[in-house]
Amino acid sequence: MLEFLLERANYWAVIGLMMIGLYITFASQNLIKRMVGLSLFQTTICLFYVTLGVVSGGTAPILFGADAPDHHEAPPSPEEVHGALDAVLAAGGEAHGRYADLVNTYSNPLPHVLMLTAIVVGVATLSVGLALVVRIREAYGTIESDEIREIDLKTALAQHAEAEKAANEAAA
Amino acid sequence: MHGTLAGDIGIALVNVFFLAVLFAAAIAIARMRSLFAIVMLAGIYSLVSAAWYVAVDAVDVAFTEAAVGAGMSTAVLLGAMLLTSRTAKPEKLFSRVGPMLVCVMTGAALIYATVDLPGLGDPNSPVNSGVGYTYLQINWHDTGIPNVVTPVLGSYRGFDTLGETTVVFAAGLAVALLLGFGERSLAEMIRKEDRTSLRQKPKAPEAPATDEDPA
Amino acid sequence: MKSDHHVILRVVAKGLIPIIALFAFYVQFHGDFGPGGGFQAGVIIAVAVILYALVFGVPAAMRAVPPVFTRSLAAIGVMIYAGVGFWALLQGGNYLEYQALFHEAPGEHHGQHIGILVIELGVLCGVSGAMLTIFYAFAGRVAEIRDEDW
Repeated sequence: MLEFLLERANYWAVIGLMMIGLYITFASQNLIKRMVGLSLFQTTICLFYVTLGVVSGGTAPILFGADAPDHHEAPPSPEEVHGALDAVLAAGGEAHGRYADLVNTYSNPLPHVLMLTAIVVGVATLSVGLALVVRIREAYGTIESDEIREIDLKTALAQHAEAEKAANEAAA
Repeated sequence: MHGTLAGDIGIALVNVFFLAVLFAAAIAIARMRSLFAIVMLAGIYSLVSAAWYVAVDAVDVAFTEAAVGAGMSTAVLLGAMLLTSRTAKPEKLFSRVGPMLVCVMTGAALIYATVDLPGLGDPNSPVNSGVGYTYLQINWHDTGIPNVVTPVLGSYRGFDTLGETTVVFAAGLAVALLLGFGERSLAEMIRKEDRTSLRQKPKAPEAPATDEDPA
Repeated sequence: MKSDHHVILRVVAKGLIPIIALFAFYVQFHGDFGPGGGFQAGVIIAVAVILYALVFGVPAAMRAVPPVFTRSLAAIGVMIYAGVGFWALLQGGNYLEYQALFHEAPGEHHGQHIGILVIELGVLCGVSGAMLTIFYAFAGRVAEIRDEDW
């Protein structure tokens, strides 16, 4: 039971952070605070992806040692050749084609790649959102969404009244 | 026992510490009203999560998060804050209850879903035994580049990265179309240059005029 | 602009900015062997220019790196990336198939190395250009940041 809880504690912490980001996006009226909440949410999604790609006992996905034999040069000097490399070559590490048997343990590189690009795209889209907020501020004079809604409502009512007046005048 | 938490007590402590700091920063952002403090705390949140990425072996992601999240997005948020306002209005009590309920329910549903997920650090989980492991195996034969992230980014998933680069370019273009190319600073720069050039050679603008007159 | 009380900031930034730019190129070209790559290096270069703009003022930064240059750089970056794909097409391979660049058998790495290096260069140009365009768009709208604004 304890093992089960410990294995999932990280997921739960990340989900908790995610929900705080969602709450900020939901509850605040200020548009800039909303954008910050959105970027918090996005960062936390990245945390979750990377958490899923963790391999226990693994290192960063950069091949080293016997997994990256230098096969362009002359064979490595005898003191460099460890038992592990011998084992790989004996098992046909290179000979049996593309699929090498890994000696060291690495974390999964795929979530890293996906999240790396997602972070950069995230900041680009965040700045598009902020540019829209700046334009909204210039048009309405405020960035509180309830005030913006009020102004919109007033404008729409005024337009309706004007249209009705014009229709009445045309009928008369 | 598979868990990274159980494997190494030092890593576990680092994990707990960083997650606690992240929680503190997130809750502070939710409660604060000064936008400057919120933006700075968002930068801190990014920086701490970058440190946490190193603890879970994602060095490339940590690098990106530190440069982008803590550097670039803080600068952009500050610029937007300067152009809009400094403080946020306090939320009404009524508008806080609904979102809180929604978030608690969504969180409960997600936590219920994690029961079926493989444990943290399980090497045989579908995520870790699928294409990600294959990349690790075939990368050295295919490309001969030790950092597996770079070939996956550039070679195996080159189309993906082309799309991402185009998205970044399009986002830059969209921001420039919405806000201009910084005309106000540009005007200031041109004005200053005109002033300095006038001071240096006051007769410069007249010289071409006298040349043209006889022609 | 009052410039008396930021002397330390200016002196430190002047020494730091070239080092940041140099570090960006290290990250760019060492990306094959350690953490790093075009995305990170592009953002670091952009951050170096942003630091210059924050310390010495946006007009000074615009004189050093004009906005015309940054938005062309973003477009050129995407074109370099897409151009590698067309290069592979011209060599008879598929789009972005680096193995076809020098007509190599599987297991030889020349094309992969060159291809990844060039597309990372494209990513560097694209990302740094786009980020600087974004920064100029935001910062160029503020007339002048005074100390009282904080």
